[in-house]
Amino acid sequence: MARVVVDVMLKPEILDPQGQAVQRALPRLGFEGIAGVRQGKRFELEVEGPVDDAALARVHEMAETFLANTVIEDFTVRVETDADTVATTGTESGVRS
Amino acid sequence: MTLDTVKHAAETPDAPQPWAELGLKQDEYERIRAILGRRPTGAELAMYSVMWSEHCSYKSSKVHLRQFGEKAPANDALLVGIGENAGVVDAGQGYAVTFKVESHNHPSYIEPYQGAATGVGGIVRDILAMGARPVAVMDPLRFGAADHPDTKRVLPGVVSGIGGYGNCLGLPNIGGEVVFDPCYQGNPLVNALCVGVMKHEDIHLAKASGAGNKVILYGARTGGDGIGGVSVLASETFDSTGPAKRPAVQVGDPFQEKLLIECTLEVFRENLVTGIQDLGGAGLSCATSELASAGSGGMRVELDTVPLRDASLSPEEILMSESQERMCAIVEPGKVDRFLEICEKWDVIATVIGEVTDGERLEIFWHGEQIVDVPPRTVAHEGPVYERPYARPEWQDALQADDAAKLPRPATGEELREQVLKVVASPNQASKSWITGQYDRFVQGNTVLAQPEDSGMVRIDEETGLGVAVATDGNGRYTKLDPYAGAQLALAESYRNVAATGARPLAISNCLNFGSPEDPGVMWQFAEATRGLADGCLALGTPVTGGNVSLYNQTGDTAIHPTPVVAVLGVIDDVNRRTPMAFAEEGQLLYLLGDTREELGGSAWSQVIHDHLGGLPPAVDLDREKLLGEILISASRDGMIDAAHDLSDGGLIQAVVESCLRGGNGARLVVPDGTDPFVFLFSESAGRAVVAVPRSEELRFTDMCGARGLPATRVGVVDGESVEVQGQFSLPLEELRAAYEATLPALFG
Repeated sequence: MARVVVDVMLKPEILDPQGQAVQRALPRLGFEGIAGVRQGKRFELEVEGPVDDAALARVHEMAETFLANTVIEDFTVRVETDADTVATTGTESGVRS
Repeated sequence: MTLDTVKHAAETPDAPQPWAELGLKQDEYERIRAILGRRPTGAELAMYSVMWSEHCSYKSSKVHLRQFGEKAPANDALLVGIGENAGVVDAGQGYAVTFKVESHNHPSYIEPYQGAATGVGGIVRDILAMGARPVAVMDPLRFGAADHPDTKRVLPGVVSGIGGYGNCLGLPNIGGEVVFDPCYQGNPLVNALCVGVMKHEDIHLAKASGAGNKVILYGARTGGDGIGGVSVLASETFDSTGPAKRPAVQVGDPFQEKLLIECTLEVFRENLVTGIQDLGGAGLSCATSELASAGSGGMRVELDTVPLRDASLSPEEILMSESQERMCAIVEPGKVDRFLEICEKWDVIATVIGEVTDGERLEIFWHGEQIVDVPPRTVAHEGPVYERPYARPEWQDALQADDAAKLPRPATGEELREQVLKVVASPNQASKSWITGQYDRFVQGNTVLAQPEDSGMVRIDEETGLGVAVATDGNGRYTKLDPYAGAQLALAESYRNVAATGARPLAISNCLNFGSPEDPGVMWQFAEATRGLADGCLALGTPVTGGNVSLYNQTGDTAIHPTPVVAVLGVIDDVNRRTPMAFAEEGQLLYLLGDTREELGGSAWSQVIHDHLGGLPPAVDLDREKLLGEILISASRDGMIDAAHDLSDGGLIQAVVESCLRGGNGARLVVPDGTDPFVFLFSESAGRAVVAVPRSEELRFTDMCGARGLPATRVGVVDGESVEVQGQFSLPLEELRAAYEATLPALFG
């Protein structure tokens, strides 16, 4: 089964009180040098059958209407490959654009 | 882009400016040019556009609102009247109470959760700015049809937004209303009320006096939130091209607000503040111009010192931003250090952004260059005033002629029984506990009455038991049928609700929700409703202390029902003397106070059974309302009644069912001779209440009513496990409870 990941983030101009709370806590815990924190949500969808354009379009639709509140949030949809899986579960950071 | 300085503006008089996009009309733009003697800078244009918007300037409503001042009844209790952040009323024993109701309708339609949450935050800061500690909130709400899919989007979001913000602040939500009607489909009404308490000597006003005093902005950083919210959003009708222009939704942070409350109360306690203003709609534009305008001198602000969340914001955007949880204080230079120290203690960012000057101008600088140079009064208090044309709509006569009296009525006891169940289970009449259960009603431990009681009541002095009661009411259906009477009926019902709990009504606040003022029919509704309300307040002796007007509540050409929401505040010397609504003691006698006439226009029965709106609303008799209020208060004080419930939508039967379910006891009702049982149960004649009288007090109570000329009819007794109307039908409490309580959970649960 293939995994499709939907990342949901508040739009950049929207206030993120949770992110701010994390940011304020960091120096108190001795973590210096972080200028900003934004907190989001990640959905991992196990898709039955092939992840073709139709399936992605469906995921896109569910993200737009249900997983994200597009009035205040942006989302991205991507298919997770094996390489990504290694990156996100390992100790190295899984950098993505 | 080069900075549009005052100098630059003077040199480039013909540079095109986006005044139309900012919501200004051609003549308004010309007027700004005339005031300044040149074209405004971008920053000045931004300030004028938000401050001259309908939402901030009340330009369409002002000429009508004046009546609230002109017809204000003499009332010793009023300490601060209209015009400040909120009015202040003397509650006795050295206490002062401030309260206000405001709208957050448009933001709540776009983003229900945040719109409703920031509505609570905004009204709480208004109360805080008067120097009071907020002690309770209430929310009068109106949604589209209960079974419409969009209501399922809007209502749960609004309710959890109110609960989320208010519960985090630790403020009890003690009442309000929830009404469903298809007319609110694209325009839900989310009104928010806050009550605050202080000692007389702690009242603070919004003005900047004393040259050299510092202007301190404190609270959250400024971001791109809600830029142009008041000018674009709250002052124009939604159309299909809307989304692209929509500003960033404001997101509330209740924990920041809680810090702001405690921090502000501490700087008040140490007497560090000369003037104060909250930042709401129109943000810094509003706070600086209003503070300077109300004070004696001018003001100079270094805008680049404002702490930002987004460093890329332009000066125009900073002036227009509606970022939440911010306040602006005027502080003497010698007290600034202590002020900043207290802010730091509460983890609240505070910055000196300018100072009061002895000039007469509001001057704003950006990295040393002047971008604003205006007379502050022209921005804040001398905006445009429109005498909008108004005319009684052509359909009004036909609507009033479509009398509800001709609707088919139940012919048998069995039919009557069925219709009672239907009305009780209808979304508007059914239990609202699915909603109010999500609010914290008892936090702080001072709530003595909360929904579903007639009014919310909180104790404000633990030793003496002094308390305040607040109720909000509004009936768009009545007001549509007759705006003058409808506004008075809203006032009368709210007044009655406060008196029914034993508190003495003192003053009102109102939130006037209407359609577009550019429609003469809507403007007529507005003119009639304000006239009715002002006349009503004069008759009842309750002055208007402040409030808010929300116009442009319409989708396309269709306006909402005119919906003036009236909040009445009352005081009770000892909350232990309050009158609850529950029929708690078997054997007590039920008395109906007031006169029942055949009045069905706009009634709940006509809506639920026939989906009908027509005829005339119930007749208004404010002298009777006053008398009824006096009787309810005296009876409460002297222990003559154990329960009272006002009669409004749904009539006598709705009130009896609610009081029975609340007390867990049934009732036997007897239809008085010569009265039609249907009219007896469903008529919505105003000026009525039902009370439960202990047998030992019956004579004393009826003597009092007789002596003062209030009709009191014995209509039954508290008894058994069902509501029985003799000779008609009997309904077991269990069946009633199932009907009453299942509706909202089934729709939204």
